[in-house]
Amino acid sequence: MNSLISKRTFLSYLAATPLVIGALQFISPVKFAHAAADAPKTSGPFTLPKLPYATNALEKAIDAQTMEIHHGKHHQAYVDKLNEEVAKDPALKGKMLDEIIGEVSKYPAAVRNNAGGHWNHSFFWNLMTPEPTTMSDELKQAIEDSYGTVEEFKKQFEEAGTKQFGSGWVWLVVTSEITVEIVTTPNQDNPLMDVVELGGTPILGNDVWEHAYYLRYFNKRADYLKSWWNVVNWKVVSENYAKAKL
Amino acid sequence: MAFTLPELPYAYDALGPYMSKETLEFHHDKHHQAYVTKANELIAGTGLENLSLEEAMVAAFKDKSKAGLFNQLGQHFNHIHFWHWMKKGGGGNKLPGKLEAQITKDLEGFEGFKKKFIEAGTTQFGSGWAWLAMDNASGKLEIVKTPNGENPVVLGKTALLGVDVWEHSYYIDYRNARPKYLEAFVDSLINWDYVAELYEKGPMKIAA
Repeated sequence: MNSLISKRTFLSYLAATPLVIGALQFISPVKFAHAAADAPKTSGPFTLPKLPYATNALEKAIDAQTMEIHHGKHHQAYVDKLNEEVAKDPALKGKMLDEIIGEVSKYPAAVRNNAGGHWNHSFFWNLMTPEPTTMSDELKQAIEDSYGTVEEFKKQFEEAGTKQFGSGWVWLVVTSEITVEIVTTPNQDNPLMDVVELGGTPILGNDVWEHAYYLRYFNKRADYLKSWWNVVNWKVVSENYAKAKL
Repeated sequence: MAFTLPELPYAYDALGPYMSKETLEFHHDKHHQAYVTKANELIAGTGLENLSLEEAMVAAFKDKSKAGLFNQLGQHFNHIHFWHWMKKGGGGNKLPGKLEAQITKDLEGFEGFKKKFIEAGTTQFGSGWAWLAMDNASGKLEIVKTPNGENPVVLGKTALLGVDVWEHSYYIDYRNARPKYLEAFVDSLINWDYVAELYEKGPMKIAA
């Protein structure tokens, strides 16, 4: 059972109990906010978040031009198209992004694609830094419990990203058993969506759409995945882990 | 029989400036080659080795345990034809007579085709293809879009024309501007003679 299913089961149990229906509205946003790590806890109209570093800051893995187009064009387009959907559908008015993601099966494909695109990229930018960082002891322990060594985890993460056929993402999630696990999703789906089979709370994720790496790495996605470790912000990933396992 | 990478039917620089030499080198020599190599690896021991590409592709599509193999076979099939769907000095609205008549009837003419085809390519979210296809049952022409390595053949249709909208087919030349790539493909690259040849052959029905 993953955390998403257990969450849904829990909420449907609450919903079936008239006395606590009032409490549901209070509990639900708190749960979602916690689950969403560093994605914006905002409702529409959504805005493009600023990058937390200069576009040329991540040159060790990602060139400035890729950062400019990826953030300024691709991410902006997800924001714009999500806002078009929000403007069309009264049910989306005032909804937090995290909440939309958690119930994305209720909406048209354009909401799934663009809310996912906005969530995933907002999360992604914060996972990177030009500064050297280290992971917390407890995250290191969790990774070793699941994969033996950090090196082995990285190898399997790279392999999973390489094998994701077509556009998508590779993630490290915290499962409902509070273990860490590598999962992949197609396109702009993410592990918090109620449409994914293998869910969990993402603490790390890499974009394997070709637009994320093609200008520097061309067809060599595996090389991109390997270089990417040079810019991962392990401090943020460790914080994500600490929050996700609460 | 092992699958092999076909040569491009034109020079690598023949499609410029609409599709660059660099794009064709990566797309043909690296991406298409990788589909061929992986198809040969994954088909070994499946019992599909002696089927035609089309038969193996449809059989792998129907067997969910062979999704990985299907991806490679689908992309091999798609790219074999993709290279022929383009030519130097191609594109535009000069279509062979019979094909033009049916496009007029089923798709509101060339302008209708162009609008629907570009829209399908633009709205195919993520990697995939946009197609002009013939429905095998009705014989009607239609515009179809498919994700990743899928194609009209596995949907019981005949692929008459397809455009690759994986980012690798346009990112070097157009960056994120997929609609501009699709416009250039329709206006300046389509090899209508090859489309007409497939149209004249009629429905491609694959037993599996």
